[in-house]
Amino acid sequence: MNARILLWPGLAWLVLFFAAPLGIILLISFAHRSPQGIVSWGFNLGNYLRLVDPLYWTGPFGNSLVLAALTTIVCLILGYPVAYSIARRPAPLKNLLLFLVILPFFTNFLVRIYAWFILLRPEGWIAGVLRSVGLDLALLGSPLGVLIGLVYGYLPFMILPLYATLERLDVTLVEAAHDLGATRWQSFWRIILPLSRPGMIAGSVLVFIPVLGEFITPKLLGGGKVPMFGVLIEEKFLGRVPDWPFGAALAVTLMALVSLVLARYFHQVKESRWIG
Amino acid sequence: MDRLKRRVEQFIALALVLDTLLTYIFLYLPIGVLVLYSFSASRYALVWGGFSLDAYRRLLTDPEIAPALVNSILVASSATAIATVLGTALALALERGRVRWHRGIEILSYLPIVIPEIVMAVGLLLFFAQAVRPLLSIGGLSVSPLPTVIVGHVAFSISYVMVVVRARLRDLDKSLEEAAFDLGATSWQVLRRVTLPLLAPAILSGALLAFTLSLDDFYVTYFSTTGGSGFKTLPLYLYALQGRAAIPPQMNAVATLMLFTSLTLIALALLFHHRIRRA
Amino acid sequence: MTLTRRLTALAMLSLIGLGACTGKQAPPELHLFIWANYIAPEVYQLFEQEFGVKVIEENFDSNETLRSKLQAGATGYDIIVPSDYTVEALIAQGLLAELDLSQIPNFQHISPRFRGLFYDPHNRYSIPYLWGTTGIGYNASKIETPPATWAELFDPARLERYSNRVSMLDDPRETIGAALKYLGYSVNSTDPHALEAAKNLLLAQKPYLARYDSETYDDFLLTGDLVIAHGWSGEFAKARLENPDIHYVIPREGGVIWADNLAIPKSSQRVDLAHKFIDFLLRPHINATIVNYLRYPSTNEAAQAYILPEILHDPALYPPEEIMEKLEWIRDIGDAIALYEAVWDEVKNR
Repeated sequence: MNARILLWPGLAWLVLFFAAPLGIILLISFAHRSPQGIVSWGFNLGNYLRLVDPLYWTGPFGNSLVLAALTTIVCLILGYPVAYSIARRPAPLKNLLLFLVILPFFTNFLVRIYAWFILLRPEGWIAGVLRSVGLDLALLGSPLGVLIGLVYGYLPFMILPLYATLERLDVTLVEAAHDLGATRWQSFWRIILPLSRPGMIAGSVLVFIPVLGEFITPKLLGGGKVPMFGVLIEEKFLGRVPDWPFGAALAVTLMALVSLVLARYFHQVKESRWIG
Repeated sequence: MDRLKRRVEQFIALALVLDTLLTYIFLYLPIGVLVLYSFSASRYALVWGGFSLDAYRRLLTDPEIAPALVNSILVASSATAIATVLGTALALALERGRVRWHRGIEILSYLPIVIPEIVMAVGLLLFFAQAVRPLLSIGGLSVSPLPTVIVGHVAFSISYVMVVVRARLRDLDKSLEEAAFDLGATSWQVLRRVTLPLLAPAILSGALLAFTLSLDDFYVTYFSTTGGSGFKTLPLYLYALQGRAAIPPQMNAVATLMLFTSLTLIALALLFHHRIRRA
Repeated sequence: MTLTRRLTALAMLSLIGLGACTGKQAPPELHLFIWANYIAPEVYQLFEQEFGVKVIEENFDSNETLRSKLQAGATGYDIIVPSDYTVEALIAQGLLAELDLSQIPNFQHISPRFRGLFYDPHNRYSIPYLWGTTGIGYNASKIETPPATWAELFDPARLERYSNRVSMLDDPRETIGAALKYLGYSVNSTDPHALEAAKNLLLAQKPYLARYDSETYDDFLLTGDLVIAHGWSGEFAKARLENPDIHYVIPREGGVIWADNLAIPKSSQRVDLAHKFIDFLLRPHINATIVNYLRYPSTNEAAQAYILPEILHDPALYPPEEIMEKLEWIRDIGDAIALYEAVWDEVKNR
């Protein structure tokens, strides 16, 4: 059997319906801004030259990087125990619990964000409780509020991959460890955790990378006061003063940076390749 | 010393349960709020205006909601099915196969996860409007919204499925596959009888993610619907409920209905599945 | 029967059959691309009944979304409702069809003040339909003295009082425009010094703001999370229905005036039907129905006979003449827009 049968359908789809649109975006990034803010075709490096301005890196990019990292870490901390607990339960409880993790997302993101508006607003319940213990925190319009919203939105993207790897953990390994005198903690730290590494990495990838380009949650919960790279890009496309070429350049740069990191991280897998 | 160890272990076990409980509460706190506010009488969704069933009344008499719901499910199911198959195949090819330009294809398959939705949406619209539609019209065909939207959804979902399945694949105990080969199985048989069943939880997780992404997608869907056909999925329908600057409680009512419908369906499906297995 | 008679009978039957077939065709459709929740539902029904047409609606929530879709090549729409500056942009890009005003007799009802506006001097492409102003909305029960000037939003002493309870529109032209107005410049100024001053003003204001918000400021005003907000006249008027403490004022330095327009995209395939719809919307009674629903003032003079008095006599919605004179339209400033883009980038991202 050929790897090509497995490879080509997915690859063709990606090339046609992702790479081609992406190519158009790339072309746009080299164009001039037309008087109406869209595209005046030509060859122009100006959009990329504009990116030299530290304004775009200290604020938006820095925030996006930090918030992406924090979101990933918090999702890991909150999500790992959940995935672990679910994985250990018997079916059908296991499946029900898994669906319950994702059920909130069968509503609508806008509605959920507005629910966070209600919860996080300055005159709201949570802010009131915080004030009563002496913390006068602005939740909406602050990085903290954005973080809460991001963690909320991306938790399933951490839990599901983690669950997928924890689910078929070889229990005999753990039992063997116990027989040999290991404590629960040791067997967790030295056996379970390392075996779930691919799941942790997959979850981290599925959280960190999209959050870098995320714009809806930061824009709404941040109220325009938390600069983020994705919000900047969205403004260039859908803002009152559009600048598609510059927005395209920003997007291409983001993708190029992430690709570079991914390329360095991905080492060739040395294990068995038995599909020809 | 042993007692201390046991105390620590008990503490950790308790912390685990607590963390899980708190996380579920965290997940459902906004849900509780939105269900509550779906009963608000105010014209504004953030304002509690007293108890009322108005939102539901208006919702259930709205002829636009049923088609939107049907479209959402149709799009999500189709896109998920296609994306799961293609994404799993892609994961297998990259992880177990000998493939040229391995690294390039890998990076390409991760890019849909990076790209901000708006960029992909605009790119897709430009692609459809400037490239696909003119080509199709030569042959006398026109672009209809449903396939256009599905195509876009699959494009961004494949990657998510691929990442989840690959992680599991990497983790898999190869001795089982090797044993199968030793017993004389062909690649295809190993794939079908050993690898894929072992991948089942990952494929399911990936499919769930893809389904959720598709159900909730707004920008790609919005920009893919050209032609003024009025094709709406639920997110588009909710978007249309907004006035120039107001968010009607109907949105909360829609979300609440979606919630309870999904819950009922899932509970039924699980019960059914369990009964079959026991029988 | 002879052969000829049979053939004739057959031919006649076929014709009748064909006629019946065409009669059974689905009714012609009119495709709108408009603001969500913008036209009272009964208006659609009336139109559909009178003209035997089905109206299909797609929505946008901002001019930019409308522009993006049209500019990227989306077609199939027969009626669009762009605001003034968007009409300007669409005309420049050749995306609008020319109107045949002879098919729109109700155009005569449009007030002279709203005819031939700067972006379409002969109404060749668009007809202004509803209009509004941008100013300051506030909750009178939470503010000692009603605001009368833009200083309320820019003077640090006053901002101190509203800390984290004040918002500005998330819109570079409007918000930079407000700063310019406060400083005594035009909202269309291209003077780099003016823009530099506006930028510094906005940067000084930012820490006091709860948010930049164009969509939910009215909600937050009603929930009490905002006490004073930069926003549009009609939204505050609607909010006042829910809470009579909400008021709207146009600062004495002046504000912004804008108008939504009816237009037909060039790609429309049902231009005649579109003309009929425009004419229909301009009928005084119909226009009034919409105004009473939306709470935005109308460009239609004859409609005033049917508009609710509380809307007609609301100085926030229909400002007196001395205020109208101070209002400015936001205009295209050509390449100088780069100045505004730079200012906004800094204000939002620093």
